[in-house]
Amino acid sequence: MNNKPLGYMALFIGIALLPVLGVYPIFAMKVMCYALFACAFNLLIGFTGLLSFGHAAFLGAAAYGAGHALKVWGFPPLLGIAFGMLMGAVAGLVFGLLAIRRSGIYFSMITLALAQMLFFYFLQAPFTGGEDGLQSVPRGSFLGINLENDNALYYLVLAIFVFGFWLIYRTVHSPFGQVLTSIRENEARATSLGYDAARFKLMAFVLSAALAGLAGATKTLVLGFATLTDAVWTTSGLVILMTLVGGMGTMVGPIVGALVIIALENKIGDLGQWLAGVTGIQWFTGLGESVSLVTGLIFILCVLAFRRGLVGEAGALVERFRKPGSAR
Amino acid sequence: MTDIFGVPLPALLGQLLLGLVNGSFYAMLSLGLAVIFGMLNIINFAHGALYMMGAFLAWMGLEYFGINYWAMLLIAPLIVGVFGLVIERLLLQWLYKLDHLYGLLLTFGLTLVVEGVFRSFFGVGGQPYSAPEALSGATNLGFMILPNYRAWVVVASLVVCLGVWVLIEKTSLGARLRAGTENPKLVQAFGVNVPRLVTLTYAGGVALAGFAGVLAAPILQVNSLMGSNLIIVVFAVVVIGGMGSILGSILTGLGLGVIEGLTKVFYPEGSNTVVFVIMAAVLLVRPAGLFGKEK
Amino acid sequence: MKTTLKTVALASVLACGSLAAQAQISGDVVKIGIITDMSSVYADIDGAGGVEAIRMAIADAKGMAAGKKIELVFADHQNKADVAASKAREWFDTQGLDLLIGGTNSGTSLAMAKVAAEKKKPFISIGAGTSRLTNEECSPYTIHYAYDTVALANGTGAAVVKNGGKSWFFLTADYAFGTSLQADTSAVVTKAGGQVLGSVKHPLNASDFSSFLLQAQSSKAQILGLANAGGDTINAVKAANEFGITKTMKLAGLLMFINDVHSLGLKTTEGMYLTDSWYWNQSAESRVWARRFFEKMKRMPSSLQAADYSAVSHYLKAVEALKSDDGDKVMAQMKATPVNDFYTKATIRKEDGRAVHDMFLLQVKSQKESTEPWDYFKVVTRIPGDDAFTKLADSKCPLVKK
Repeated sequence: MNNKPLGYMALFIGIALLPVLGVYPIFAMKVMCYALFACAFNLLIGFTGLLSFGHAAFLGAAAYGAGHALKVWGFPPLLGIAFGMLMGAVAGLVFGLLAIRRSGIYFSMITLALAQMLFFYFLQAPFTGGEDGLQSVPRGSFLGINLENDNALYYLVLAIFVFGFWLIYRTVHSPFGQVLTSIRENEARATSLGYDAARFKLMAFVLSAALAGLAGATKTLVLGFATLTDAVWTTSGLVILMTLVGGMGTMVGPIVGALVIIALENKIGDLGQWLAGVTGIQWFTGLGESVSLVTGLIFILCVLAFRRGLVGEAGALVERFRKPGSAR
Repeated sequence: MTDIFGVPLPALLGQLLLGLVNGSFYAMLSLGLAVIFGMLNIINFAHGALYMMGAFLAWMGLEYFGINYWAMLLIAPLIVGVFGLVIERLLLQWLYKLDHLYGLLLTFGLTLVVEGVFRSFFGVGGQPYSAPEALSGATNLGFMILPNYRAWVVVASLVVCLGVWVLIEKTSLGARLRAGTENPKLVQAFGVNVPRLVTLTYAGGVALAGFAGVLAAPILQVNSLMGSNLIIVVFAVVVIGGMGSILGSILTGLGLGVIEGLTKVFYPEGSNTVVFVIMAAVLLVRPAGLFGKEK
Repeated sequence: MKTTLKTVALASVLACGSLAAQAQISGDVVKIGIITDMSSVYADIDGAGGVEAIRMAIADAKGMAAGKKIELVFADHQNKADVAASKAREWFDTQGLDLLIGGTNSGTSLAMAKVAAEKKKPFISIGAGTSRLTNEECSPYTIHYAYDTVALANGTGAAVVKNGGKSWFFLTADYAFGTSLQADTSAVVTKAGGQVLGSVKHPLNASDFSSFLLQAQSSKAQILGLANAGGDTINAVKAANEFGITKTMKLAGLLMFINDVHSLGLKTTEGMYLTDSWYWNQSAESRVWARRFFEKMKRMPSSLQAADYSAVSHYLKAVEALKSDDGDKVMAQMKATPVNDFYTKATIRKEDGRAVHDMFLLQVKSQKESTEPWDYFKVVTRIPGDDAFTKLADSKCPLVKK
């Protein structure tokens, strides 16, 4: 049990070394942002048992909030990110207050509908730039280091990522986290033990939204723009997929899931070309456009056969080898 | 010419009529969703994609096989229904014992697959599909010129919705369906093949969506995204109406379509969000929905 | 892992002679990239046809420039600014891109222009309309090649007003292009003594225009100005006919291409004005090139596709002359050399990157007047470049010294 934090350390050191190994820093930073987004989402679904289908709303709210703060108000980078995170938390509070009133499927549908409403607001609001997006967000400098340099920004983003991850880790392994787990397992029993389930669920919701906001604000800093893609419902679906593929309820699962999905998105064009070349079927060249097709197939596969996700299945496999005598 | 709140009457009536047309689609789709949810306890996210499939089938029927609109009105829902049958047997049936959310996730994945397939073949730009000869042309209503086809849409969907309502509330098949929803084991003990009923319900529900798709084809450009734009609004409609009654879904759908039309007149920018705002309000005041029963 | 995967993919792709070539990361190649709408509302007017046009340009340069091999990559931005900007940045950072071509959609072009400016590489916007590219958002690395919303306004807008269309209502695509077009055309209309009675915005790639058209009709304007393009214009025109709007209002398609007219048919579009930079049937040289294009794509090229060819040829000539693909030098060379080919005769303004050339006011022929397939237009007037585009004195570009 205790070598887990060591394992995380090793992971973070590995990530820190990536630019040295020649990995395109923008790609790696993007993965980290989405990984944080997925980890935040996992806090809600994996540990509290609430499926939010509108998490992109928090990503988007923070992305636009941070973008506006950084570009128009000239905030320094960390303050801009903090402002974005605040926007995410506020949206989380409002959504949470409404959505907690129902449970199960209704909860999910409500989060979806509220997120869509926020999306339409972003579409119309002048400050977001609508379809054109909020462009030219400056990176500024931190502690005197100019963040326009991709490598410099990389380590700041890594620090933010580690901070977010640490926060989730502490939450999950705290008494608060235990209550959340108990609510996921059996809400009625938790209530009978005297815990105000609704209040805990709301707190988890706001925390998850705030961390999703942190991811969104950081992403704006990295890419230099915030667009409607951040708030569209398919992005909500994307983060669900990342968490599902990686492993719901595990700490590292969402990180793995984010990496797999983003790498897939990037590479699917190349994969399509290669398949077309090898099989001679021209249709494969269009595969690059069919990210949703492949995403959907993975979804279906995971729900039917891989519910524990990559990390979950790997963990189960390890368990099986550790206890050769246990019947499964 | 009279003005209501500064808006000319013709404009108001025109938008109301268009809103009624939109409401018909909301009604049909939320009806299908409600029926499926009642029986299978699954929120069929794929409802929008299957609606789109119905529209595309109508277009493909005409484009590749020369089958006209009227035939496709019957054939397309049939094909979509069969597809639904396959989906239910192949994929959905494994999920009944699991948490609700897996059903939602699976049908979400299904949506992506169906949309992805159509998009890869046809892109995102719309395919034009003309209304059949008998329904083309327009009637001058005085305050606006209404294409005849849109009037047909309202009539057809009302007829179908009422037909479904009669089927569920007044026939023995419907009775078995309702009983199966409440207590499947007991109903099975009475000799009713509940799994088959479930499969048929799903197939029937999505066939309804396919039918709506064929109706929509001449109005909207047939494109792979037409379902996803619609399904989220339909979700909100379902939350507002509550999934308690069939009649409730129909009324809520129509009503919200009309309200949306009204919003387009007085506050066009808000027309996208008015349904969601109403949903938020209903949730605060009556969480079970307007026609819903607390479960 | 990423590089190995890429090398394997490259090897198999090149071996099978696949269409789009991916390149190794090296400086020994002249890499041209085009990011455009390949699958959505603007796919027909540029899209795959634009990529083909660029291939023709590369083939005509014998595949080499300044002794280096020329390679082409293309991507679909799906009308999303973030996809375009990310792809452009990735190509500049990891693939050694030397020239970025922006296809349709103004929002994406604005985003791509910024990336190109940051990386100090040339960016030629072909399909985007927004005049902001050479005004508020001008950059020393941007060339706006084919047309812009000011030219459209000065062409179609002025012509319609002159013909008696004094009161206008706009149906506008809700993004940079639509806003630009509406603003520029409104300015022309009011200057000519007309009136703008109102406007309504519709989402890009909207499927149902009925409610917007009803709003337009209730304004009682004479002219319905369609500040949109591609699939949106086609659908709006169809719906306008369906709802009998055309009985009380005249339609002004502010940006139309030959593909739109082909889709709608001559019966629906007869008599409509449009402003364009090139028409395939306008000269012998144009016809020759157009028939080459037709052979490959089975449809006649739009002015954007011809502009793709022309712009890339101009770039390759500059690289050849300089024997270098250095961003700053090539930009200077492209601006110093006039363009003179079948597409147009143009000079690219040093200060703001605007390619100034003549525009044509075209009118759609009636079915009787059309003598062969795709013979849709007659040239009404030629608008001299200086009259069509923004004059330097009026430019809002911060780089223009006043």
